[in-house]
Amino acid sequence: MFFLRTHYRHPEFRAGVRDFLRPAPGIAAWGLMTGVAMVKSGIGLYESLLMAVLVFAGSSQLAAIPLILAGAPLWVIWATGFCVNLRFVVFSLHLHHYLSHLPAWRRVMSGYFTADLSYVFFVRRHPDPADEPQGRLAQQAYLAGSNLMNWGAWIGSSLVGVALANFIPQAWGLGFAGILCLVGILCSLATTRLRILSATVAGIVGVAAIALPLKLNIIAAIGAAVLLCLTVEKMRPPSVDEVRA
Amino acid sequence: MRCERERSAGPSQASAHRSPQGEGSPVTGINWHTVLIILGLAVVTVLARGFFLFSNRTWSLPRWAQRGLQYAPIAALAAVVVPEVVTVQGQLVGTWQDARLYAAVVGAGAYFWRRDVLFTIVAGMAVYLPLHLGLGW
Repeated sequence: MFFLRTHYRHPEFRAGVRDFLRPAPGIAAWGLMTGVAMVKSGIGLYESLLMAVLVFAGSSQLAAIPLILAGAPLWVIWATGFCVNLRFVVFSLHLHHYLSHLPAWRRVMSGYFTADLSYVFFVRRHPDPADEPQGRLAQQAYLAGSNLMNWGAWIGSSLVGVALANFIPQAWGLGFAGILCLVGILCSLATTRLRILSATVAGIVGVAAIALPLKLNIIAAIGAAVLLCLTVEKMRPPSVDEVRA
Repeated sequence: MRCERERSAGPSQASAHRSPQGEGSPVTGINWHTVLIILGLAVVTVLARGFFLFSNRTWSLPRWAQRGLQYAPIAALAAVVVPEVVTVQGQLVGTWQDARLYAAVVGAGAYFWRRDVLFTIVAGMAVYLPLHLGLGW
């Protein structure tokens, strides 16, 4: 973690920072846009600031906003956020192999700060968990460096976006940029035919069931899509590339 | 011109939410209900990113869960996004004069062209803003 002296003094920490110089502008642009979109969707300035700083997960932030504005119940918003975040559950399973020697609070803290790109960079630089203390320290220092860059770029740019948004008229409809961002992430996940089926079914059910109270159409859509895909998969074993994807 | 809020405002609880601030107007108060939602979402982030890190054991996922993880995230996104694009106040849009439809299609096309989320947003907004501001769609 980047606030530990043994980490930020380590040469691998600098390597983590250096490697992250390339993706940082992209993260910052996305954070800027999310900051503007949050405020312009109408959830309020302080609420947007709090969300940027604490939630620290762009896609679940953006997915939550329409639900908040529609007055969806807490559990529907949280469950949707968790579903959007499910990829992190998989990351945490993998990260455990690198962090298992640490106390639980430090493992969870490291996990909280590890977002998509810092995870990708970390496992690319360190494909295998170290089994001696020095190697472990080096790996954590690297993770700390790239996490700091990722976190700094995201939080800093989100705050700038929130501040800038106050000067942009509501009528421009910049909140829609948040939806477009989700469209992009959605497309990036559409890597197999069954995932495309999942998105199609969820989209149709989400619209068809829109009359359901409490935004339950979201939950119904996710449930229907996942169940259908698991059923189709069972009838038709996935091809090799779909297993790997 | 359609206001951004119209389509997302639900009938009942939505009125409990403060309307968006106008341009440059001072912030008047904090919506504590929204704050509670945000704190919960922060916990959700901790739970998701730390999911298997809370325990000392190294776990492995059961097969059904592994397979479910393939489909749930994209389903959640589609369930949120598609209604936001094709409905107005709980109804399917009745007109083709809606900037969101074109912006979303162009945005998706832009993604598959360049494989870049940022480019998706830029291309989508490049379609959305002229239609929305220029033609009032």
